[in-house]
Formats: sequence, C-alpha cells, structure tokens
Amino acid sequence: MSAAPATGQVPDAAGHFGRFGGRFVPEALVAALDELDAAYRKAMGDEDFLAEFDALLRDYAGTPSLLYEARRFSARVGARILLKREDLNHTGAHKVRNVLGQALLTKRMGKRRVIAETGAGQHGVATATAAALFDLECVVYMGQVDTERQALNVARMRMLGATVVPVTTGSRTLKDAMNEAMRDWVANVEDTHYLIGTAAGPHPFPEMVRDFVRGIGEEARRQCLDLTGALPDAVAACVGGGSNALGIFHAFVPDAGVRLYGFEAGGEGVGTGRHAASITGGSSGVLHGTRTYVLQDADGQTIESHSISAGLDYPGVGPEHAWLHDTGRATYLPVDDADAMAAFELLCRTEGVIPAIESAHALAGARAIAPRLAEELGREPVIVVNLSGRGDKDVHTAGAYFGILDKE
Amino acid sequence: MSRIGVAFDKARADGRAVLVGCMPAGFPTVEGSIAAMKAMVEAGVDVIEVEIPYSDPVMDGPVIQKASDIALAGGVRVADALRVVEAVAATGASVVTMTYWNPIEQYGVDAFARDMAAAGGTGLITPDLIPDEAAEWLAASDAHGLDRTFLVSPSSTDARLRMTVEHCRGFVYATAIMGVTGARAQTSEAAPVLVSRLREVTDIPVGVGLGVGTGAQAATVAGYADAVIVGSALVRCVLDAPDQAAGLTALRKLSAELADGVRNPAR
Repeated sequence: MSAAPATGQVPDAAGHFGRFGGRFVPEALVAALDELDAAYRKAMGDEDFLAEFDALLRDYAGTPSLLYEARRFSARVGARILLKREDLNHTGAHKVRNVLGQALLTKRMGKRRVIAETGAGQHGVATATAAALFDLECVVYMGQVDTERQALNVARMRMLGATVVPVTTGSRTLKDAMNEAMRDWVANVEDTHYLIGTAAGPHPFPEMVRDFVRGIGEEARRQCLDLTGALPDAVAACVGGGSNALGIFHAFVPDAGVRLYGFEAGGEGVGTGRHAASITGGSSGVLHGTRTYVLQDADGQTIESHSISAGLDYPGVGPEHAWLHDTGRATYLPVDDADAMAAFELLCRTEGVIPAIESAHALAGARAIAPRLAEELGREPVIVVNLSGRGDKDVHTAGAYFGILDKE
Repeated sequence: MSRIGVAFDKARADGRAVLVGCMPAGFPTVEGSIAAMKAMVEAGVDVIEVEIPYSDPVMDGPVIQKASDIALAGGVRVADALRVVEAVAATGASVVTMTYWNPIEQYGVDAFARDMAAAGGTGLITPDLIPDEAAEWLAASDAHGLDRTFLVSPSSTDARLRMTVEHCRGFVYATAIMGVTGARAQTSEAAPVLVSRLREVTDIPVGVGLGVGTGAQAATVAGYADAVIVGSALVRCVLDAPDQAAGLTALRKLSAELADGVRNPAR
C-alpha cells in the first residue's frame, strides 16, 4: 500500500461524506473514537507502521493478489473480464487486509482485546486469525441464526482461539451481532478495540477501513495498465457494507473514464421487499453510528434484509457508497439471488474457480452491463471484477441451491 | 427557559432529588404502558421518561431490549408514543422522551418537536445523538421550546463535558457506569466523580442513570445528584409479572421505595 494521502475531499474532519457519515453514537464511545482516529492518522504518516503493514500484507496475506484474465468466462459474457483474485489471500477474502491494519493499530494503542461482529463468519475468522497472530484476546458476536447455518466457521474461529458469542436478540443476524458488539464496546472500551469488518459504522471507521483495503484498487490499476496498456472501461464489485467495493474503487475515483459499478444483493427481487439493496431499495437514515442508506419503515425501524449471500445480508451500507451514489460517480444496481447463482455456476464451469456467493453478485453484474457497455463503446469492454472471496464457505449453500448434495 | 425546570424547582424546595422513571411506550401495549406510567406517578415518580421503542437499541441492556421488542411486535408507532406522552402529561407529571435518533429523523425533526410540544412533553433525551451532529435538533428544540438532554460519560474529556452541557437545557444525563442500561448490584464509584466534574463546569441540574434499581441505591445517588433515573428495574416489574394487575402492584411498590430513597439521601 502506498503512503500517499487519500484522494478526494471526503470525508471532512468529522467524517462526513456530503450529507452521510458522521458519528451517531453514545457519548461513552467518543473518547475511544477520538483515540482511534488519532492513532490511525499518526500511523498513516508513520513509515514504520506502513512498512510493517506492507510486510504483513506481502508475507502473511499473500498480496498483491493476481489480476487474472478469465478468457473462457469473458467469451460467455461478451466483455474482457479481469478478475482481481482477492479470493487467493490468506483466509480467503479481501477482509484480511482490514483486520491486519486494525490489529496493528490495536497493538499500538496498547489494547489487548478485540471484539468483532460477523454474519457468515468470514470477518470473524479473519479477526480471530489476526488475534492469534498478534496475541490478542478475541470475542466474536454472531447472530444465533448464523451460528447455526455457518457451523464450520464457528469451529474455525474456536480453533484459532476466539470466543464465539451467539446473539439471541432481535432478528438474531448480523445487525444484532453489531448491536451486541457495540454494547460490549461501551462497557469495555478502555482495553478493547472494536474491529469493525466493513467500511461502515461511526467515524473514523469508514475512512480507516477504506484506507486499509484501498491497496486492492491500487494494485488492480497498475496491473491493468501493465496487462492491457490502458485503464479498464469499468470496475465492478459487490456491495454489502461495501469494503471490497471501496477498496477497488478508491484508486479509480479520479479516473473519470472508468465507470464504477456496485452490485447490491437483490435477494428475491427489490420489488418483493425481500432483499438487501440498501441504496437501490432503501432511504437515508441513521444506523450503527452513521448516516447512510438504510432498509427501514416509515418510523425508522430497521427492516430485516434478505440475501442468499450471508456476507451481503445487511440492511445498511458504508456512508462513502451513499455519497458516491448521490454524486453519481458510482452506479449501484441490484443483482438478485438467481442471477448471482447463475454467474457462480458459470465461473465454476468456465474457469475452475469457485467464487464466494458475494463475489458472484459482481460477476453477474458485469455480465448484465457488458452488452450495454459494448454498444456504448462500439467495442469489447474491459471490466475489472473484484473477486473478493472464495466459495469454500458457500459449498453447502450452493450445493443445496443446485440440488447436487447426496441425501444424508 | 426549561420546561422540566418545574420538577427540579419543586424537588429543590422539598430539599430532595427528582425521581425519573423510564418505561417504553407501547409496552406491553399502548394502554398498558399508559396505565404503568400513571401508576408510577401516583406512587411518587416525579418525571416519566417515555422511551420510544427502536429496533436497534445499542445503549440498552437485555430488559429494555426485550420490552422494546414486545412493544414493536405489538405494532407500536412513533405516533403512539406521542399519544402516551399526552396521556401522562395530562396527569400533571413532567414527561420527557428518550429516543434513538433514527425514528425522529424519519418522522421529521421539526415535525416531531412540534408534535412533542403539542402533546405536553418537555423535551428529549438522545442516547445516540451527540451535540456534534445535532444542528437540526438544536434548531427544532429552540423553535418549539423543548428541553435537550444529552449524555455525558465517565470517559468524557473536560472539554466535551463543557461542550455538551452548553448544548443541554433542562438537565444533563450522567451515565453512572461504562455500559448499557440494566440494574446492577453495586452503585457506581465513577458517578460521584463525574458529577463533581460537571459541577465545576455547569449549574444545570445533573441526572444520574444506569444501574440504579433499589431505594437504597436511589438514596445514595440522591446524595450527590439532582435527579435519580431508574429504568430497567421498573420495566422488569412489568416484564416479570404474571398479569397486568400484579405488574402494576410491583411497579407501585418499587416506585414508592425509590421515592422514599430520594427523600432520604445518603450524604
């Protein structure tokens, strides 16, 4: 990752991305957020920190990840598809970049305990991994519904030495796990860092998480220039909370000719109400410490989200995405479960790569926009797709979806 | 001018602290919550804190979470909470509303302030709105003459204590412990320190809440604070009761015990 300052004018010093972002938190957390903000700013200007982070990313996480030209998939989609292979990172997703950055900061702040929320368990596993590496106590909050459907990841976290706490309040899914982690943090803020898993939450989390994962786009931009001699026509990523998308978008934001597409989880279809598309199907509100697009009713009560992808199954989105949407710099479109699973299958069969179902939304999105882009450009478009994670964790879900599991 | 000031003036004239009792609107039903709040007033609670149930209450512990869930499952709306405020204010008690910010933002900040004032409410306690983000609420509360209670915490710096109390009107809410709502066996050692730090920067009345649930604890807190705020212990009376009558009986008993506590402060 480069030490260059982040491009653009956002967020402001108080964490506002236009009308979004900010801090909507109990006063009890403000001192800890200020401490974190100061530590993060100091670290980003500290050569030692950046060198340590770079070394970890290279030697431990296995980055830079490859930019792979998926020729057989491309032929079926009608675009030249370049896959940013974040699925090959240690722990199987882009998330390792964020947890390594935050774990390093935790050490620098002198804290000895990390807590995290997790939906599918990927961020929980990544946090437990970093906690093992840095010798930190680790507690992961996970909705009880998710601990049941992701039993393998629960076992992984425990193997790595973490305590997994099933959350039995509310809808017993990711948003409730996040509530419970916030409650833990309010009570234990003195020795505990809340290692938020996405570019959401109160300032400075959205900006800080973005900066820890922005290497994805910096690498991809350089790799695409090396490979094709030009910038891509479009960059595509899936958007739940939105860290993988911001990670790959950020370096391209100043490149006006590069279209940025974020694909939200359309679930059973945005029209059915059973989806997780906060930007396409939600409205501006306050959730989990930030102002952003939220799935909510007229009274501001959060509406439960739905997606076949546990990692996208969240009723909010990072505030920078809300801002990129409002400014028109990025385009957000829903991809429903069926289209995502069709793209999942296509990548398996054409490239021998099993993607995370989250990332399959980006693949399906690229497939959907390819004909339009080709028509607009009058040639085959070049699309960089963030393959943000691998599908090992999804084998059971996908097997059941395709009806290929033997009867037990 | 502060709307809730009358409650503090009256208690001060009696030489005692104000007793604030919290109950979620619509728990277990809208009518049931009104009956519970009226029982609290009759048994000696000075100020009723009407909590608007919210789907993601990050400052609340298990008891109030459960009560909020029950209220929401029963279909309670923000408009119902205003109806509760109106019914309880009609008894002559002071009523303050405690609410997470998103329901107010969706109702419309100015519209809510207008309707809250019309219902006879005194103002809002905002657990997840800090003055830094409150420009719209500052304007709306000024326009409609409502009080503003922001929270301060043992972790707040002196600069933030000063900044926060400058934006409060009516009283400031000092959270006694680092944590969420819920009765605790021990009273806080951090609370008296926080209150004395506040005394150095403000004359505004100080209410202390979080973890207060017995008459003895109320007496302890009344020894150094201007208001004693009790939530979960009161909510539990209703939550644990086999029927409404038993719930109201338990609520009256605890309210009377707490009212006795604030009248016999431990100095």
